Amino acid sequence: MKILVAVKRVIDYNVQVRVKEDNTGVVTDNVKMSTNPPDDNAIEEAVKIKEAGKANEVVAVSIGEDKAQETVRKALAVGADRGILVKVDGTIEPLAVSKILQKIVEKEKPDLVFMGKQAIDDDCNQTGQMLSALLNWPQATFASKIEIKDKKLEVTREIDEGLETIEINIPAIVTCDLRLNEPRYASLPNIMKAKKKPIEQINASDLGVDTSPRIEQIKVEEPPKRKAGIKVSSVSELVQKLKNEAKVI
Amino acid sequence: MSVLLIAEHNNKELRPFTLNAVTAASQIDSDVHAIVIGQNCDSAAKALSELPLVKKVIHVEAAYYENFVAENFAPVIIKLANNYSHIVCSANTFGKNLMPRIAAALDTSQISDIIKVISSDTFLRPIYAGNAFATVKSKDVKKCITIRPTSFDPCESSGGSALIEKAEPGQEFGHTKFIKREEIKSDRPELGTARVVISGGRGMQSGDNFKLITSIADKLNAAIGASRAAVDAGYISNDHQVGQTGKVVVPDLYIAVGISGAIQHLAGMKESKIIVAINKDGEAPIFSVADYGLEADLFEALPQFLEELNKLNTIQK
Repeated sequence: MKILVAVKRVIDYNVQVRVKEDNTGVVTDNVKMSTNPPDDNAIEEAVKIKEAGKANEVVAVSIGEDKAQETVRKALAVGADRGILVKVDGTIEPLAVSKILQKIVEKEKPDLVFMGKQAIDDDCNQTGQMLSALLNWPQATFASKIEIKDKKLEVTREIDEGLETIEINIPAIVTCDLRLNEPRYASLPNIMKAKKKPIEQINASDLGVDTSPRIEQIKVEEPPKRKAGIKVSSVSELVQKLKNEAKVI
Repeated sequence: MSVLLIAEHNNKELRPFTLNAVTAASQIDSDVHAIVIGQNCDSAAKALSELPLVKKVIHVEAAYYENFVAENFAPVIIKLANNYSHIVCSANTFGKNLMPRIAAALDTSQISDIIKVISSDTFLRPIYAGNAFATVKSKDVKKCITIRPTSFDPCESSGGSALIEKAEPGQEFGHTKFIKREEIKSDRPELGTARVVISGGRGMQSGDNFKLITSIADKLNAAIGASRAAVDAGYISNDHQVGQTGKVVVPDLYIAVGISGAIQHLAGMKESKIIVAINKDGEAPIFSVADYGLEADLFEALPQFLEELNKLNTIQK
Protein backbone atom coordinates (compact mmCIF):
# COMPACT_ATOMS: atom_id res chain seq x y z
CA MET A 1 0.00 0.00 0.00
CA LYS A 2 1.12 3.50 -0.83
CA ILE A 3 0.21 6.62 1.15
CA LEU A 4 0.44 10.14 -0.21
CA VAL A 5 0.59 12.86 2.44
CA ALA A 6 -0.02 16.51 1.62
CA VAL A 7 1.85 19.05 3.78
CA LYS A 8 1.57 22.83 3.82
CA ARG A 9 4.10 25.46 4.86
CA VAL A 10 2.48 28.03 7.14
CA ILE A 11 3.45 30.69 9.69
CA ASP A 12 4.50 28.83 12.84
CA TYR A 13 1.63 28.38 15.28
CA ASN A 14 3.54 30.16 18.06
CA VAL A 15 4.03 33.36 16.06
CA GLN A 16 1.78 36.30 16.88
CA VAL A 17 0.46 37.13 13.42
CA ARG A 18 0.51 40.80 12.44
CA VAL A 19 -1.51 42.53 9.75
CA LYS A 20 0.45 44.56 7.17
CA GLU A 21 0.06 48.29 7.40
CA ASP A 22 -1.25 48.55 3.85
CA ASN A 23 -3.96 45.96 4.65
CA THR A 24 -2.93 43.64 1.82
CA GLY A 25 -2.27 40.65 4.04
CA VAL A 26 -0.25 39.56 7.04
CA VAL A 27 3.47 40.03 7.64
CA THR A 28 5.44 37.00 6.45
CA ASP A 29 8.93 38.51 6.00
CA ASN A 30 11.39 37.23 8.61
CA VAL A 31 8.65 35.22 10.27
CA LYS A 32 9.24 31.62 11.38
CA MET A 33 7.51 29.13 9.09
CA SER A 34 6.65 25.51 9.94
CA THR A 35 4.59 22.59 8.79
CA ASN A 36 0.86 23.11 9.34
CA PRO A 37 0.35 21.30 12.71
CA PRO A 38 -2.31 18.72 11.71
CA ASP A 39 -0.21 17.89 8.61
CA ASP A 40 2.45 16.69 11.07
CA ASN A 41 -0.16 14.29 12.45
CA ALA A 42 -0.91 13.12 8.90
CA ILE A 43 2.76 12.33 8.22
CA GLU A 44 3.15 10.64 11.60
CA GLU A 45 0.15 8.38 10.97
CA ALA A 46 1.39 7.38 7.52
CA VAL A 47 4.86 6.58 8.88
CA LYS A 48 3.35 4.56 11.74
CA ILE A 49 1.29 2.53 9.27
CA LYS A 50 4.43 1.85 7.27
CA GLU A 51 6.36 0.87 10.41
CA ALA A 52 3.54 -1.56 11.26
CA GLY A 53 4.18 -3.24 7.90
CA LYS A 54 0.85 -2.19 6.41
CA ALA A 55 2.24 0.25 3.84
CA ASN A 56 5.37 0.09 1.77
CA GLU A 57 5.78 3.69 0.66
CA VAL A 58 5.01 7.13 2.07
CA VAL A 59 5.25 10.06 -0.35
CA ALA A 60 5.09 13.65 0.93
CA VAL A 61 3.81 16.39 -1.38
CA SER A 62 3.73 20.12 -0.86
CA ILE A 63 2.40 22.86 -3.10
CA GLY A 64 3.88 26.33 -2.91
CA GLU A 65 6.93 28.45 -3.47
CA ASP A 66 10.49 27.07 -3.56
CA LYS A 67 10.82 27.30 0.20
CA ALA A 68 8.04 24.74 0.64
CA GLN A 69 10.86 22.30 -0.09
CA GLU A 70 11.83 22.68 3.59
CA THR A 71 8.39 21.37 4.57
CA VAL A 72 8.81 18.35 2.30
CA ARG A 73 12.31 17.81 3.70
CA LYS A 74 10.94 17.80 7.24
CA ALA A 75 8.42 15.11 6.26
CA LEU A 76 11.31 13.07 4.83
CA ALA A 77 13.22 13.52 8.10
CA VAL A 78 10.41 11.92 10.11
CA GLY A 79 10.04 8.95 7.81
CA ALA A 80 8.52 9.74 4.42
CA ASP A 81 10.40 7.91 1.64
CA ARG A 82 10.39 10.57 -1.05
CA GLY A 83 8.97 13.96 -1.78
CA ILE A 84 7.22 15.99 -4.45
CA LEU A 85 7.22 19.78 -4.63
CA VAL A 86 4.67 21.39 -6.91
CA LYS A 87 5.91 24.90 -7.49
CA VAL A 88 3.49 27.78 -7.68
CA ASP A 89 3.91 31.43 -6.75
CA GLY A 90 1.46 33.54 -4.83
CA THR A 91 -1.67 32.51 -2.99
CA ILE A 92 -3.41 29.42 -4.15
CA GLU A 93 -6.93 28.51 -3.10
CA PRO A 94 -7.98 25.09 -1.78
CA LEU A 95 -9.90 24.35 -5.00
CA ALA A 96 -6.72 24.77 -7.08
CA VAL A 97 -4.69 22.81 -4.51
CA SER A 98 -7.14 19.93 -4.72
CA LYS A 99 -6.97 19.99 -8.55
CA ILE A 100 -3.18 19.79 -8.38
CA LEU A 101 -3.39 16.97 -5.84
CA GLN A 102 -5.81 15.17 -8.16
CA LYS A 103 -3.13 15.26 -10.90
CA ILE A 104 -0.53 13.94 -8.44
CA VAL A 105 -2.89 11.16 -7.37
CA GLU A 106 -3.48 10.18 -10.99
CA LYS A 107 0.28 9.96 -11.49
CA GLU A 108 1.27 8.32 -8.20
CA LYS A 109 -1.80 6.10 -7.75
CA PRO A 110 -1.73 6.01 -3.94
CA ASP A 111 -4.18 3.89 -1.96
CA LEU A 112 -4.63 6.56 0.68
CA VAL A 113 -4.19 10.31 0.80
CA PHE A 114 -3.69 11.90 4.22
CA MET A 115 -3.52 15.57 5.15
CA GLY A 116 -4.36 17.86 8.08
CA LYS A 117 -8.00 18.73 8.57
CA GLN A 118 -7.38 22.45 8.25
CA ALA A 119 -4.51 24.83 7.59
CA ILE A 120 -3.94 27.30 10.40
CA ASP A 121 -3.27 30.21 8.03
CA ASP A 122 -6.44 30.54 5.92
CA ASP A 123 -8.52 28.28 8.24
CA CYS A 124 -10.47 27.08 5.18
CA ASN A 125 -10.92 23.38 6.01
CA GLN A 126 -11.68 22.42 2.39
CA THR A 127 -8.84 20.68 0.56
CA GLY A 128 -9.35 17.05 1.65
CA GLN A 129 -13.08 17.13 1.03
CA MET A 130 -12.58 18.82 -2.38
CA LEU A 131 -10.01 16.24 -3.43
CA SER A 132 -12.40 13.43 -2.44
CA ALA A 133 -15.10 15.04 -4.55
CA LEU A 134 -12.83 15.38 -7.58
CA LEU A 135 -11.68 11.76 -7.29
CA ASN A 136 -15.10 10.50 -6.20
CA TRP A 137 -13.40 8.73 -3.29
CA PRO A 138 -14.77 8.34 0.24
CA GLN A 139 -13.66 10.90 2.80
CA ALA A 140 -13.00 10.59 6.52
CA THR A 141 -12.55 14.08 7.90
CA PHE A 142 -11.35 15.13 11.38
CA ALA A 143 -9.90 11.66 12.09
CA SER A 144 -8.76 10.92 15.64
CA LYS A 145 -8.27 7.15 15.14
CA ILE A 146 -7.54 5.07 12.04
CA GLU A 147 -7.60 1.28 11.83
CA ILE A 148 -6.72 -0.56 8.66
CA LYS A 149 -8.92 -3.58 8.00
CA ASP A 150 -8.03 -5.35 4.78
CA LYS A 151 -9.21 -3.05 1.95
CA LYS A 152 -11.12 -0.84 4.34
CA LEU A 153 -10.38 1.77 6.97
CA GLU A 154 -12.30 2.23 10.18
CA VAL A 155 -12.01 5.85 11.16
CA THR A 156 -13.16 7.63 14.33
CA ARG A 157 -14.05 11.25 13.58
CA GLU A 158 -14.27 14.17 15.96
CA ILE A 159 -17.66 15.82 15.45
CA ASP A 160 -19.41 18.61 17.36
CA GLU A 161 -21.58 16.14 19.27
CA GLY A 162 -18.74 13.78 20.24
CA LEU A 163 -17.29 10.98 18.15
CA GLU A 164 -18.45 9.19 15.02
CA THR A 165 -17.08 5.99 13.52
CA ILE A 166 -17.29 5.23 9.81
CA GLU A 167 -15.91 2.53 7.55
CA ILE A 168 -14.58 3.56 4.16
CA ASN A 169 -13.31 1.56 1.23
CA ILE A 170 -9.77 2.12 -0.05
CA PRO A 171 -8.80 4.24 -1.99
CA ALA A 172 -9.78 7.04 0.35
CA ILE A 173 -8.93 10.46 1.72
CA VAL A 174 -8.39 11.03 5.43
CA THR A 175 -8.03 14.47 7.02
CA CYS A 176 -6.31 14.29 10.38
CA ASP A 177 -7.16 15.87 13.69
CA LEU A 178 -4.59 16.92 16.27
CA ARG A 179 -5.45 14.06 18.60
CA LEU A 180 -4.76 11.32 16.04
CA ASN A 181 -1.23 10.78 17.35
CA GLU A 182 1.80 12.50 18.84
CA PRO A 183 4.09 13.59 15.99
CA ARG A 184 7.72 12.62 16.55
CA TYR A 185 10.68 14.93 16.32
CA ALA A 186 13.24 14.31 13.60
CA SER A 187 16.53 12.98 14.98
CA LEU A 188 19.77 14.50 13.70
CA PRO A 189 20.83 11.32 11.84
CA ASN A 190 17.40 11.19 10.19
CA ILE A 191 17.65 14.87 9.20
CA MET A 192 21.00 14.04 7.56
CA LYS A 193 19.53 10.99 5.82
CA ALA A 194 16.58 13.04 4.61
CA LYS A 195 18.97 15.26 2.66
CA LYS A 196 19.70 12.30 0.41
CA LYS A 197 16.08 11.38 -0.20
CA PRO A 198 14.75 12.52 -3.58
CA ILE A 199 12.36 15.44 -4.04
CA GLU A 200 10.79 15.65 -7.47
CA GLN A 201 10.04 19.21 -8.56
CA ILE A 202 7.07 19.93 -10.80
CA ASN A 203 5.75 23.27 -12.03
CA ALA A 204 2.04 23.66 -11.38
CA SER A 205 1.67 25.18 -14.85
CA ASP A 206 2.93 21.91 -16.39
CA LEU A 207 0.05 20.02 -14.79
CA GLY A 208 -2.54 21.94 -16.81
CA VAL A 209 -4.33 23.26 -13.74
CA ASP A 210 -5.66 26.79 -13.69
CA THR A 211 -4.52 28.18 -10.33
CA SER A 212 -5.72 31.75 -10.80
CA PRO A 213 -7.68 32.98 -7.78
CA ARG A 214 -11.46 32.96 -7.85
CA ILE A 215 -11.66 34.96 -4.67
CA GLU A 216 -10.44 38.52 -4.55
CA GLN A 217 -8.96 39.53 -1.20
CA ILE A 218 -10.10 43.11 -0.85
CA LYS A 219 -8.42 43.88 2.46
CA VAL A 220 -7.04 42.33 5.61
CA GLU A 221 -7.54 44.15 8.88
CA GLU A 222 -6.75 43.81 12.56
CA PRO A 223 -9.75 42.44 14.44
CA PRO A 224 -11.35 44.89 16.88
CA LYS A 225 -9.28 45.02 20.06
CA ARG A 226 -10.79 44.14 23.40
CA LYS A 227 -10.58 46.85 26.03
CA ALA A 228 -8.10 45.96 28.74
CA GLY A 229 -9.89 44.76 31.85
CA ILE A 230 -8.99 44.94 35.49
CA LYS A 231 -7.46 42.59 38.03
CA VAL A 232 -9.58 41.82 41.05
CA SER A 233 -7.98 40.98 44.38
CA SER A 234 -10.39 38.39 45.71
CA VAL A 235 -13.13 35.97 44.76
CA SER A 236 -15.73 38.03 46.62
CA GLU A 237 -14.72 41.15 44.67
CA LEU A 238 -15.02 39.14 41.46
CA VAL A 239 -18.51 37.94 42.30
CA GLN A 240 -19.61 41.45 43.29
CA LYS A 241 -18.31 42.86 39.99
CA LEU A 242 -20.02 40.15 37.97
CA LYS A 243 -23.28 40.77 39.77
CA ASN A 244 -23.35 44.54 40.14
CA GLU A 245 -21.12 45.90 37.37
CA ALA A 246 -21.27 43.39 34.50
CA LYS A 247 -24.68 42.08 35.61
CA VAL A 248 -24.05 38.65 34.15
CA ILE A 249 -24.86 36.53 37.21
CA MET B 1 -31.56 34.08 -7.93
CA SER B 2 -32.31 32.31 -4.68
CA VAL B 3 -30.21 31.00 -1.82
CA LEU B 4 -30.27 27.32 -0.88
CA LEU B 5 -29.74 26.72 2.83
CA ILE B 6 -28.75 23.23 3.93
CA ALA B 7 -30.50 22.47 7.20
CA GLU B 8 -28.72 20.60 9.95
CA HIS B 9 -30.99 18.38 12.02
CA ASN B 10 -31.15 15.04 13.83
CA ASN B 11 -34.08 13.65 11.76
CA LYS B 12 -36.49 14.94 14.42
CA GLU B 13 -35.54 18.50 15.21
CA LEU B 14 -33.50 21.21 13.56
CA ARG B 15 -30.12 21.70 15.16
CA PRO B 16 -30.18 25.16 16.80
CA PHE B 17 -27.54 26.67 14.51
CA THR B 18 -29.74 26.10 11.47
CA LEU B 19 -31.65 29.19 12.65
CA ASN B 20 -28.44 31.27 12.64
CA ALA B 21 -27.60 29.99 9.16
CA VAL B 22 -31.06 31.01 7.91
CA THR B 23 -30.42 34.54 9.18
CA ALA B 24 -27.12 34.67 7.29
CA ALA B 25 -28.73 33.26 4.13
CA SER B 26 -31.51 35.88 4.28
CA GLN B 27 -28.88 38.64 4.40
CA ILE B 28 -27.51 37.39 1.07
CA ASP B 29 -30.89 37.19 -0.66
CA SER B 30 -34.41 37.31 0.71
CA ASP B 31 -35.53 34.33 -1.37
CA VAL B 32 -34.26 31.60 0.96
CA HIS B 33 -35.09 27.98 0.17
CA ALA B 34 -34.07 25.38 2.72
CA ILE B 35 -33.33 21.72 2.08
CA VAL B 36 -33.69 18.98 4.64
CA ILE B 37 -32.14 15.62 3.77
CA GLY B 38 -32.64 12.69 6.11
CA GLN B 39 -34.70 9.69 7.03
CA ASN B 40 -38.15 10.05 8.61
CA CYS B 41 -37.41 13.72 9.08
CA ASP B 42 -40.96 15.08 8.49
CA SER B 43 -40.90 16.95 11.78
CA ALA B 44 -37.62 18.67 10.91
CA ALA B 45 -39.08 19.67 7.50
CA LYS B 46 -42.15 21.04 9.24
CA ALA B 47 -40.06 23.04 11.72
CA LEU B 48 -38.12 24.48 8.79
CA SER B 49 -41.34 25.48 7.01
CA GLU B 50 -42.37 27.46 10.09
CA LEU B 51 -39.35 29.76 9.94
CA PRO B 52 -40.76 33.02 8.53
CA LEU B 53 -37.57 33.74 6.56
CA VAL B 54 -37.78 30.44 4.66
CA LYS B 55 -39.81 30.73 1.43
CA LYS B 56 -39.74 27.08 0.38
CA VAL B 57 -38.65 23.78 1.91
CA ILE B 58 -37.21 20.93 -0.13
CA HIS B 59 -37.54 17.60 1.64
CA VAL B 60 -35.50 14.57 0.54
CA GLU B 61 -35.82 11.16 2.18
CA ALA B 62 -33.90 7.91 1.93
CA ALA B 63 -32.68 5.31 4.42
CA TYR B 64 -29.05 6.11 3.55
CA TYR B 65 -29.51 9.73 4.64
CA GLU B 66 -30.13 8.73 8.24
CA ASN B 67 -26.56 9.42 9.35
CA PHE B 68 -25.70 12.52 7.28
CA VAL B 69 -22.87 10.96 5.24
CA ALA B 70 -21.49 13.79 3.08
CA GLU B 71 -20.82 11.47 0.12
CA ASN B 72 -24.57 10.74 0.00
CA PHE B 73 -25.72 14.30 0.64
CA ALA B 74 -23.56 16.11 -1.91
CA PRO B 75 -25.16 14.70 -5.11
CA VAL B 76 -28.64 15.84 -3.99
CA ILE B 77 -27.49 19.43 -3.56
CA ILE B 78 -25.40 19.39 -6.75
CA LYS B 79 -28.45 18.30 -8.75
CA LEU B 80 -30.47 21.24 -7.42
CA ALA B 81 -27.63 23.77 -7.65
CA ASN B 82 -28.67 25.11 -11.06
CA ASN B 83 -31.60 26.91 -9.48
CA TYR B 84 -29.51 28.79 -6.95
CA SER B 85 -26.92 31.56 -6.84
CA HIS B 86 -25.67 30.64 -3.35
CA ILE B 87 -25.49 27.48 -1.28
CA VAL B 88 -25.17 28.14 2.44
CA CYS B 89 -24.56 26.00 5.52
CA SER B 90 -23.22 26.36 9.06
CA ALA B 91 -19.46 26.03 9.53
CA ASN B 92 -19.71 23.32 12.16
CA THR B 93 -18.45 19.78 11.63
CA PHE B 94 -21.52 18.90 9.54
CA GLY B 95 -21.09 21.82 7.13
CA LYS B 96 -17.29 21.69 7.10
CA ASN B 97 -17.46 18.05 6.05
CA LEU B 98 -20.14 18.55 3.40
CA MET B 99 -19.79 21.95 1.69
CA PRO B 100 -16.34 21.55 0.05
CA ARG B 101 -17.53 18.32 -1.55
CA ILE B 102 -20.34 20.30 -3.18
CA ALA B 103 -18.14 23.28 -4.07
CA ALA B 104 -15.49 21.19 -5.82
CA ALA B 105 -18.12 19.36 -7.87
CA LEU B 106 -19.52 22.74 -8.94
CA ASP B 107 -16.00 24.09 -9.62
CA THR B 108 -16.53 26.86 -7.10
CA SER B 109 -13.98 28.29 -4.70
CA GLN B 110 -15.74 28.04 -1.36
CA ILE B 111 -15.73 30.86 1.19
CA SER B 112 -15.54 29.31 4.67
CA ASP B 113 -16.71 30.52 8.05
CA ILE B 114 -17.98 34.00 7.23
CA ILE B 115 -18.81 36.32 10.13
CA LYS B 116 -20.52 39.06 8.12
CA VAL B 117 -22.38 39.46 4.83
CA ILE B 118 -21.19 42.68 3.17
CA SER B 119 -23.01 42.13 -0.12
CA SER B 120 -24.18 39.13 -2.14
CA ASP B 121 -20.59 38.45 -3.29
CA THR B 122 -18.48 40.02 -0.54
CA PHE B 123 -17.98 38.66 2.94
CA LEU B 124 -15.90 39.11 6.08
CA ARG B 125 -14.10 36.09 7.50
CA PRO B 126 -11.48 35.51 10.18
CA ILE B 127 -8.10 34.07 9.18
CA TYR B 128 -5.09 33.05 11.29
CA ALA B 129 -7.28 31.95 14.20
CA GLY B 130 -9.06 35.30 14.23
CA ASN B 131 -5.85 37.35 14.40
CA ALA B 132 -6.88 39.02 11.15
CA PHE B 133 -10.17 39.65 9.37
CA ALA B 134 -10.22 39.33 5.58
CA THR B 135 -12.78 40.99 3.32
CA VAL B 136 -13.16 38.68 0.34
CA LYS B 137 -15.13 38.88 -2.88
CA SER B 138 -16.15 35.78 -4.81
CA LYS B 139 -15.73 35.91 -8.58
CA ASP B 140 -17.48 32.56 -9.08
CA VAL B 141 -20.93 32.51 -10.66
CA LYS B 142 -22.21 30.16 -7.99
CA LYS B 143 -21.13 30.72 -4.42
CA CYS B 144 -20.67 28.09 -1.73
CA ILE B 145 -20.52 29.64 1.71
CA THR B 146 -20.27 28.36 5.26
CA ILE B 147 -21.20 30.73 8.04
CA ARG B 148 -19.91 31.02 11.59
CA PRO B 149 -23.17 30.46 13.49
CA THR B 150 -22.27 32.48 16.59
CA SER B 151 -21.77 35.57 14.42
CA PHE B 152 -25.41 35.62 13.31
CA ASP B 153 -28.52 35.78 15.49
CA PRO B 154 -30.99 32.90 15.29
CA CYS B 155 -34.01 33.71 13.09
CA GLU B 156 -37.63 33.67 14.26
CA SER B 157 -38.70 30.06 14.66
CA SER B 158 -42.46 30.32 14.28
CA GLY B 159 -45.17 32.00 12.24
CA GLY B 160 -44.07 30.90 8.79
CA SER B 161 -45.82 28.42 6.54
CA ALA B 162 -43.52 27.71 3.60
CA LEU B 163 -44.50 25.10 1.05
CA ILE B 164 -42.78 21.74 1.60
CA GLU B 165 -41.81 20.16 -1.69
CA LYS B 166 -40.56 16.57 -1.89
CA ALA B 167 -37.56 15.94 -4.11
CA GLU B 168 -36.07 12.69 -5.43
CA PRO B 169 -33.16 11.22 -3.52
CA GLY B 170 -29.77 10.93 -5.18
CA GLN B 171 -27.82 7.72 -5.63
CA GLU B 172 -26.23 6.06 -2.62
CA PHE B 173 -22.44 6.42 -2.61
CA GLY B 174 -21.69 2.92 -1.34
CA HIS B 175 -18.03 3.26 -0.31
CA THR B 176 -18.72 4.91 3.03
CA LYS B 177 -20.56 3.11 5.81
CA PHE B 178 -21.71 4.70 9.02
CA ILE B 179 -20.88 2.54 12.06
CA LYS B 180 -21.76 4.50 15.19
CA ARG B 181 -22.02 7.87 16.83
CA GLU B 182 -21.08 8.40 20.47
CA GLU B 183 -22.91 11.51 21.54
CA ILE B 184 -22.32 12.72 25.02
CA LYS B 185 -25.75 13.39 26.44
CA SER B 186 -25.99 16.16 28.95
CA ASP B 187 -28.69 18.14 30.71
CA ARG B 188 -26.54 21.22 30.44
CA PRO B 189 -26.99 23.91 27.81
CA GLU B 190 -25.10 23.31 24.56
CA LEU B 191 -21.62 24.80 24.49
CA GLY B 192 -22.32 26.79 21.33
CA THR B 193 -25.49 28.46 22.60
CA ALA B 194 -25.02 28.66 26.39
CA ARG B 195 -25.34 32.05 28.10
CA VAL B 196 -22.53 31.15 30.49
CA VAL B 197 -19.51 28.96 29.75
CA ILE B 198 -16.90 27.87 32.27
CA SER B 199 -13.79 26.23 30.86
CA GLY B 200 -10.85 24.43 32.38
CA GLY B 201 -7.32 24.12 31.08
CA ARG B 202 -4.17 22.25 31.84
CA GLY B 203 -4.11 23.98 35.24
CA MET B 204 -6.93 21.64 36.33
CA GLN B 205 -4.26 18.93 36.58
CA SER B 206 -6.70 16.01 36.29
CA GLY B 207 -10.08 15.00 34.92
CA ASP B 208 -11.26 14.44 38.48
CA ASN B 209 -10.58 18.07 39.34
CA PHE B 210 -13.09 19.14 36.69
CA LYS B 211 -15.76 18.45 39.31
CA LEU B 212 -14.80 21.85 40.77
CA ILE B 213 -15.91 23.33 37.45
CA THR B 214 -18.97 21.11 37.21
CA SER B 215 -20.36 22.31 40.52
CA ILE B 216 -20.05 25.95 39.45
CA ALA B 217 -21.56 25.13 36.05
CA ASP B 218 -24.52 23.55 37.87
CA LYS B 219 -24.97 26.70 39.91
CA LEU B 220 -24.79 29.07 36.90
CA ASN B 221 -26.58 26.76 34.45
CA ALA B 222 -23.42 26.99 32.35
CA ALA B 223 -21.94 24.82 29.63
CA ILE B 224 -18.50 23.31 30.29
CA GLY B 225 -15.62 24.07 27.95
CA ALA B 226 -11.96 23.14 27.88
CA SER B 227 -8.72 24.17 26.29
CA ARG B 228 -7.03 21.90 23.78
CA ALA B 229 -4.36 21.15 26.40
CA ALA B 230 -7.00 19.79 28.79
CA VAL B 231 -8.58 17.65 26.04
CA ASP B 232 -5.19 16.37 24.84
CA ALA B 233 -4.30 15.45 28.42
CA GLY B 234 -7.48 13.37 28.58
CA TYR B 235 -9.15 15.40 31.35
CA ILE B 236 -12.34 15.82 29.30
CA SER B 237 -13.80 14.71 25.95
CA ASN B 238 -13.16 16.50 22.64
CA ASP B 239 -16.70 17.86 22.27
CA HIS B 240 -15.85 20.38 25.03
CA GLN B 241 -12.91 21.95 23.20
CA VAL B 242 -13.09 25.70 22.61
CA GLY B 243 -10.70 27.21 20.08
CA GLN B 244 -9.49 27.47 16.52
CA THR B 245 -10.03 23.79 15.82
CA GLY B 246 -12.74 23.26 18.42
CA LYS B 247 -15.88 25.29 18.98
CA VAL B 248 -16.31 29.03 18.81
CA VAL B 249 -18.41 30.36 21.67
CA VAL B 250 -19.83 33.82 22.31
CA PRO B 251 -21.55 33.64 25.71
CA ASP B 252 -22.49 36.59 27.93
CA LEU B 253 -20.01 35.26 30.49
CA TYR B 254 -16.93 33.13 29.80
CA ILE B 255 -14.91 31.94 32.78
CA ALA B 256 -11.44 30.59 31.91
CA VAL B 257 -9.91 28.58 34.73
CA GLY B 258 -6.31 27.41 34.64
CA ILE B 259 -6.10 28.34 30.94
CA SER B 260 -2.98 30.22 29.86
CA GLY B 261 -4.63 31.66 26.74
CA ALA B 262 -2.85 30.22 23.71
CA ILE B 263 -3.69 31.99 20.43
CA GLN B 264 -5.72 29.01 19.31
CA HIS B 265 -7.86 29.04 22.47
CA LEU B 266 -8.46 32.81 22.30
CA ALA B 267 -9.73 32.28 18.74
CA GLY B 268 -12.67 30.37 20.16
CA MET B 269 -13.76 32.68 22.97
CA LYS B 270 -12.48 36.23 22.68
CA GLU B 271 -15.76 37.58 21.29
CA SER B 272 -17.53 36.64 24.55
CA LYS B 273 -19.24 39.62 26.18
CA ILE B 274 -17.58 39.31 29.60
CA ILE B 275 -14.43 37.25 30.13
CA VAL B 276 -13.17 36.17 33.53
CA ALA B 277 -9.74 34.59 33.94
CA ILE B 278 -8.62 32.71 37.02
CA ASN B 279 -4.95 31.77 36.83
CA LYS B 280 -2.07 31.68 39.26
CA ASP B 281 0.36 32.98 36.63
CA GLY B 282 -0.17 36.73 36.53
CA GLU B 283 1.67 36.95 33.19
CA ALA B 284 -0.61 34.46 31.41
CA PRO B 285 -1.85 35.88 28.05
CA ILE B 286 -5.46 35.09 29.02
CA PHE B 287 -5.37 38.19 31.25
CA SER B 288 -4.89 40.41 28.19
CA VAL B 289 -8.42 39.59 26.99
CA ALA B 290 -10.08 39.26 30.42
CA ASP B 291 -12.49 41.91 31.72
CA TYR B 292 -11.90 40.58 35.22
CA GLY B 293 -8.70 38.76 36.07
CA LEU B 294 -8.09 36.95 39.33
CA GLU B 295 -4.54 35.91 40.00
CA ALA B 296 -5.06 32.98 42.34
CA ASP B 297 -4.66 29.26 42.85
CA LEU B 298 -7.75 27.77 41.23
CA PHE B 299 -7.96 25.04 43.88
CA GLU B 300 -8.58 27.73 46.47
CA ALA B 301 -10.51 30.14 44.24
CA LEU B 302 -13.09 27.73 42.81
CA PRO B 303 -14.46 26.49 46.16
CA GLN B 304 -14.65 30.13 47.31
CA PHE B 305 -16.36 31.08 44.07
CA LEU B 306 -18.99 28.39 44.63
CA GLU B 307 -19.48 29.55 48.19
CA GLU B 308 -19.96 33.17 47.09
CA LEU B 309 -22.43 32.09 44.44
CA ASN B 310 -24.36 30.13 47.03
CA LYS B 311 -24.61 33.30 49.07
CA LEU B 312 -26.27 35.17 46.22
CA ASN B 313 -29.96 34.53 46.30
CA THR B 314 -30.78 35.48 42.75
CA ILE B 315 -29.17 33.13 40.31
CA GLN B 316 -30.49 33.38 36.80
CA LYS B 317 -31.49 30.16 35.20
